[in-house]
Amino acid sequence: MTQRPRYPSVSRTLPLPVGSCSAMPGPGQAGVLPPPLLLLLLPLLAVRTLAAQPEAYVWPWPQKISVSPNVTFALKPILFRFQYSNSSAVQLGCSVLDQAFVRYLGIIFGPGPWLSRHHPGLKQTVKNSLEVFVNVPGCDQFPEMNSVENYTLTLSDQQFILKAHTVWGALRGLETFSQLIWRSAEGMFYVKQTEVVDFPRFPHRGLLLDTSRHYLPLQSILETLDGMAYNKFNVFHWHIVDDPSFPYESMTFPELSRKGSYNSATHIYTIGDVKKVIEYARMRGIRVISEFDTPGHTLSWGKGIPGLLTPCYSGSTPSGTFGPVNPILNSTYEFMASFFQEISSVFPDFYLHLGGDEVDFTCWRSNPDIKAFMKKRGFDRFEKLESFYIQKLLNIVSSYRKGYMVWQEVFDNNVKLNPDTVVHVWKERSPFPYALEMQNVTKAGFRALLSAPWYLNRISYGQDWQEIYMVDPLDFKGSPEQKSLVIGGEACMWGEYVDETNLTPRLWPRGGAVAERLWSSQSVRDLDLAYNRLAHFRCELLRRGIQAQPLYVGYCEHEYFHRMEQNHP
Amino acid sequence: MALQGLLLLPVLLGAGAPLASAARQPALWPLPMSVQLSPNLLRLAPGSFEIIHGPQSSAGPDCFLLQDAFRRYREYVFGYLKSPDQYSKSFVGAELQQLLVTITSDSECDAYPSSTSDESYKLIVQEPVAVLEAREIWGALRGLETFSQLVYRDPYGAYLINKSEVIDYPRFHFRGILIDTSRHYLPVKTILQTLDGMAFNKFNVLHWHIVDDQSFPYQSITFPELSNKGAYSPAHVYTQTDIKLVLEYARLRGIRVIPEFDTPGHTDSWGKGQNDLLTPCYKRGIKIDVFGPVNPILNTTYEFMSKFFKEVSKIFPENYIHLGGDEVDFTCWKSNPDITEFMKQQGFGQDYEKLESYYIQKLIDIVSSTNKGYIVWQEVFDNEVKLKQDTIIEVWIGPSYNLELQKVTAAGYHAVLAAPWYLDYISYGQDWKKYYKVEPLDFSGTESQKDLVIGGTAALWGEFVDATNLSPRLWPRASAVGERLWSPANVRDLNDAYERLTEHRCRMVRRGVPAQPVFTGHCEM
Repeated sequence: MTQRPRYPSVSRTLPLPVGSCSAMPGPGQAGVLPPPLLLLLLPLLAVRTLAAQPEAYVWPWPQKISVSPNVTFALKPILFRFQYSNSSAVQLGCSVLDQAFVRYLGIIFGPGPWLSRHHPGLKQTVKNSLEVFVNVPGCDQFPEMNSVENYTLTLSDQQFILKAHTVWGALRGLETFSQLIWRSAEGMFYVKQTEVVDFPRFPHRGLLLDTSRHYLPLQSILETLDGMAYNKFNVFHWHIVDDPSFPYESMTFPELSRKGSYNSATHIYTIGDVKKVIEYARMRGIRVISEFDTPGHTLSWGKGIPGLLTPCYSGSTPSGTFGPVNPILNSTYEFMASFFQEISSVFPDFYLHLGGDEVDFTCWRSNPDIKAFMKKRGFDRFEKLESFYIQKLLNIVSSYRKGYMVWQEVFDNNVKLNPDTVVHVWKERSPFPYALEMQNVTKAGFRALLSAPWYLNRISYGQDWQEIYMVDPLDFKGSPEQKSLVIGGEACMWGEYVDETNLTPRLWPRGGAVAERLWSSQSVRDLDLAYNRLAHFRCELLRRGIQAQPLYVGYCEHEYFHRMEQNHP
Repeated sequence: MALQGLLLLPVLLGAGAPLASAARQPALWPLPMSVQLSPNLLRLAPGSFEIIHGPQSSAGPDCFLLQDAFRRYREYVFGYLKSPDQYSKSFVGAELQQLLVTITSDSECDAYPSSTSDESYKLIVQEPVAVLEAREIWGALRGLETFSQLVYRDPYGAYLINKSEVIDYPRFHFRGILIDTSRHYLPVKTILQTLDGMAFNKFNVLHWHIVDDQSFPYQSITFPELSNKGAYSPAHVYTQTDIKLVLEYARLRGIRVIPEFDTPGHTDSWGKGQNDLLTPCYKRGIKIDVFGPVNPILNTTYEFMSKFFKEVSKIFPENYIHLGGDEVDFTCWKSNPDITEFMKQQGFGQDYEKLESYYIQKLIDIVSSTNKGYIVWQEVFDNEVKLKQDTIIEVWIGPSYNLELQKVTAAGYHAVLAAPWYLDYISYGQDWKKYYKVEPLDFSGTESQKDLVIGGTAALWGEFVDATNLSPRLWPRASAVGERLWSPANVRDLNDAYERLTEHRCRMVRRGVPAQPVFTGHCEM
């Protein structure tokens, strides 16, 4: 009755090295042997299985990692701590790392209870701390496009140390460290002798959430930021408003959300909410880039700002419906200047995403004032009117010393852009296949960001993460200079069919496939190894409380327990 | 200060809910056979409205099933209200004070629902007392669900109901949801939540595909090794207590639980705890460490099956057991010299379907001896296994399922349709429409053939589904199937269905089932 899956099923017969979490059952399952004997066998079991298994279960895979399977250290949860290296440029009092230390102790060891500290039979060397060294000072700033995320992690008898250039790199290293540790069946914690040298392949590794098609409660956004940190994503692209609703509560124009949100009491983001998101993200080394998409996708704006949108006509009379932002009125630009002044100060990131996609010309075409304006200006095509608007908008935003990102149409329609503009490629096949668009954008000297093959809201049956995973952003014809203009990519979770009920399982672990493609070396492409690590990582996400869906058949030691009671009236 | 805030609240709610029109209609799902809504409104006072037994009812306060349902539905109607009295005064009009529930036949409150249960009911809402009349308690449960869906709130929070009259009964009496607890284990809580969702959609059969190749979570009393060795882990099992919990939770919602123990294929996990049950496979004449389907040539196999199904038929009160019988792979049987020898002895030639039939017929005899009826997947019929006339054939192979329905019913068997409703096959967009448009009786056949189609099942196979994504994947997509199986055949208007389904999914969310959105929008909580 259930048709056999059409993709290669992955062998479930190999045991894991007694992990805290097991995606695949196997003969090495703990509990069969009496505990002392099992402990002795631990390294043996691990060695035996390593041949066909990854060296370690780390996601995304580091640039360089070597694990000595025969040397294992024990960690005691009651004693273990992170400590700043004496020579580190940041010390106790560094908000980002102080918080991260507490967070990762919780992630690694859980809430307890743990075994007593007496382990007469313990053969492994016990390590009680990981030293953390950061090269440059700075704990209160925000992560940026060119923040350095490099780190090295040395876990050996001589040294147990994490070295990073910046606190952001230290965060990435802590994440890797947390993934290297496993828990035995009796509740002891272990890590193998390991050396990691790691850095991201691309500086911009983003995830887009859409809070306009469906409102996402703050809690969903914060949980997503947690999941992003576990995957070493570093940009939260917040597509905060769109046609259906305007949940952003503006200080300057409170009518926008009062009239344009689904419900102005419950379905809005106050300034306090936005600040919370930004700080929560900062603590995890994640930039927040807001998108206020114009001139299209703005129906919800019109409710709070009369006169902002173009009135559409049917024949010679206004039809009562509205189109894109009205580009021919001064008041439009006065509004945009005030509005983006606010946005520029609320969102600390240098970049703003200005949208600019899918402008429907039907309404402009119907409007006699627009037509008169076009004639006056000598615009023969509506693309020129669009450019007129966008250029004025770009000037406004530039005047606030912000950089900007735009969807590809702005480039396609030949709008004059600053050379540091980031062009966001989202169209999969038309007008060009996305690889050709990447080629064109970089050839014109602009930096490019890829999303086209990574629309995670689009679902299909089976292991579609594999297709997502096999994409390579640099797989287009172009010079090395062109390739170096690709700053990364973003996984997009558009909200037409997504709200808090299904966001997390739809996002994870599929988003993980994008994360590894953007972080790990280009050569990391083995699907079988990736399956094993990703299935394991998915279980780890469950253990950490992220409702990540399964890759395929199997189980996790820590299954997801849904919060039926909390949802219940 | 606090008082001021409260006074302001209704105004704020009104202003801030641009999409919530003041005259929200009740969204009934699935649509009843007959509904007459009068424009006259009655209000319900959350503090004092009660659901009680009618004076003529054969059931009374000692009927736990109904008592529990009264409590549940009061909560569904008013439950998400934090302070009831603050909201109820915005509508001044006649009040509905009570719902009287009357059971007209001899009530059997401790019974389990069955294939012959009567789910019809009649609901009359008028002031000051509404009346729900049903022959059996099962109909009362359905009527309570409808009543709860008739109540809605105006923008100021008042609870309103139209004066109305509903006459209702299901189009098909078998309306199932299949869950698969072998590919992934589903925590009991997830199963209970699914039963809640089923009740909201008037489904009445939980088809529990409890074991399969991947794992054997059913903890058998007679053969504990089956789950000891065959479950994913000792924590991934259903104890007898778990099973009883599910059975009772389902019973209280008028839902039958039909377990499926699929043989002779799909049985890898059985072999771990039961030596010699599966066929050893051979490669180039040498026995290898791989096993195929149940070994049909050993007496021990049938001794095991007798004991096992004796237990199963005792544990599950339902009159039907699903015996599976699908996708039997003959490769291993072909490789095994003992099987080859047996085939020769029996004169089966090279026809392995005859061997399959041989097994299934012996199994069916075993199960018949426990006085249970059985359901099988369509291959058992396709392979011409001799079946009793009351066998139910479940049609699962698409896309030519109408032809199969035609054949099955022409042969005089009962049919249940699952083929077009494999909800694990996901795709982008509003695929509920595809499920909704299916017409189970759209095949050529006589009236009496059509009568043999007793219903259908929405199947959520578990390869890619576990507790993390089950509910949003199942609901509201399965709701489309729910309406197709309950409502009259002519209820097919997609626009009307969209409006009702959108509100119905919000209702499910409010009641604690995380049903995913139908499309862009939001729910008033």
